[in-house]
Amino acid sequence: MKLEVSVRKDFGTFRIEADFSLSGNRCGIFGPSGSGKSTLVHMLAGLLKPDQGRITLADRPLFDAARGINLPPEERRIGVVFQHAHLFPHMNVRRNLLYGWQRTPAAERRIEPAALIEVLNLGSLLERRVGSLSGGEQQRVALGRTVLACPRLILMDEPLTGLDQDLKYQIIPYLKKVFSEFDMPLLFISHSLQEMQLMTDEVLVFEKGSLQQRLPAENLARRHLVTGARGYANLLTLVEPRPHGDLWRYRWGETELILTEPGLAGDNLFELGSKDITLFKGRPEATSARNILACRVTSIFGDGNRIGVELACNGGRLVSQIVPESVRELDIREGAEVVAVIKASAFQKLY
Amino acid sequence: MFSLPPQDMQAIWLSAKVASAATVISLPFGLGAAYCMVFVRLPGKAFFEGLINLPLVLPPVVVGYLLLLLLGRSSWLGQLLQTMHIRIIFTISAAIIASSVIGFPLLVRSIRIGMENIDEHYLQASRTLGARWWDTLLTVILPLSGRAILAGMTLMFARSLGEFGATIILAGNIPGVTQTIPLAIYDYTNTPGGDSMALSLCLVSIALSFAVLLVNEAASRKLRQVPGR
Repeated sequence: MKLEVSVRKDFGTFRIEADFSLSGNRCGIFGPSGSGKSTLVHMLAGLLKPDQGRITLADRPLFDAARGINLPPEERRIGVVFQHAHLFPHMNVRRNLLYGWQRTPAAERRIEPAALIEVLNLGSLLERRVGSLSGGEQQRVALGRTVLACPRLILMDEPLTGLDQDLKYQIIPYLKKVFSEFDMPLLFISHSLQEMQLMTDEVLVFEKGSLQQRLPAENLARRHLVTGARGYANLLTLVEPRPHGDLWRYRWGETELILTEPGLAGDNLFELGSKDITLFKGRPEATSARNILACRVTSIFGDGNRIGVELACNGGRLVSQIVPESVRELDIREGAEVVAVIKASAFQKLY
Repeated sequence: MFSLPPQDMQAIWLSAKVASAATVISLPFGLGAAYCMVFVRLPGKAFFEGLINLPLVLPPVVVGYLLLLLLGRSSWLGQLLQTMHIRIIFTISAAIIASSVIGFPLLVRSIRIGMENIDEHYLQASRTLGARWWDTLLTVILPLSGRAILAGMTLMFARSLGEFGATIILAGNIPGVTQTIPLAIYDYTNTPGGDSMALSLCLVSIALSFAVLLVNEAASRKLRQVPGR
């Protein structure tokens, strides 16, 4: 997917300005509310006409003010998943799901409804009225409906914002599964750093209507270790939980971790705050923490009084956050050997 | 029960015919006008809107007289119709036209409010899913404004049952041809000793209008719990 955008739109006191070109399959637009993200989505989808500029998707002009081109939404083949599901209330789940698919030319139908219904686990809901679905189910149907229209690009405009924490983490695995299985380019819009880390590789940062920065999602998260109070969130995919006394033992790459939280077969995603990883020079003699990992420092970043230390632990990667004094005392530099100590209760289960 | 003279039965039958025809014929135009007013960016929309609503506030007699001027023999349209051997004035067609023009604003107003109440996101969703404007109209807008359309048709039907001023000017008051219930009642009140006859037709009129309201209520309830199909 190659998306080239250069648009301008004036709203009197507010002005949206965006110039960028994307080629990755998992891109994000990150910014606070009111930064113009949704307006940009509407312009890309053809729901709002820019004042000036051009939009090209895979070398096909969708909008060109100079040449007088402005394709209507139905000809752009750009799917949109909105913040709220907006399922058609007069149709059941099946008819909602197939709405876009039936309007897709047969040659463009790359995705089989049965396969998608299976991936999104919607089989038991097909005959239900949309009013009787929960928020998470509705958003799953909305995602399915958009994916089945086989668009060349999917825009997701804060699709998880309206959901509570639990529901959000129920949806994310489905999202990841759909996008990896059906190989569909995604532009994910959100103000949540964690969602950016989970769903995207590259991020465009929007503020006050214009593009401020463009960087890998990982770097965006690291930048927040320096500027944000919450620190950096390590996202760990742990597998094969087994009971270990009254705790749980998981496999993390080639290492094992001990957690208080039980898990399920398959992927379990945990968040581990950078502040919850303590570094020692050598192996501590005795500690209440259950995880003691020998690591090598691969990079050091940040300045001021928050320093991020990237660690390679037997194939896995962690970021710990310490203060400059500790950097000096432990003589932490690239290549140094340290021991990371993590409490079993420090891992927060996302899904 | 009381029995009605054949002339009254004719008036009731004619009223039903005129009101039904006016409502059915006006419906596509009403849908089109409401759609344009809600979804199409038009220059001079306010003027267009005013024109549609004018019969609502004008005395029906004025509307009838204007229609008479427009369709009468001296106008170009009247002459054109005459060369085609089409007679409108003082026929049932005239009664239907009069009712259509008078009831049209009620129909459009109701449908329009229904269409305005549709969440714009449904339309955006349907467009981004590949539906063209007419597809969106048929599969999203019309089903979601079903109740409003029904309400508008009911209002218009009821209004047509009671249409008097424009009808008497354009269609006259010819028993068996253009004499609807209100015109028949008017005749009775001008006839010495016709009071009881007028009253029985009044009762018929009340019963008919009430029946229309009940049917509307029932159908509207059914549409509200529209099952997922």
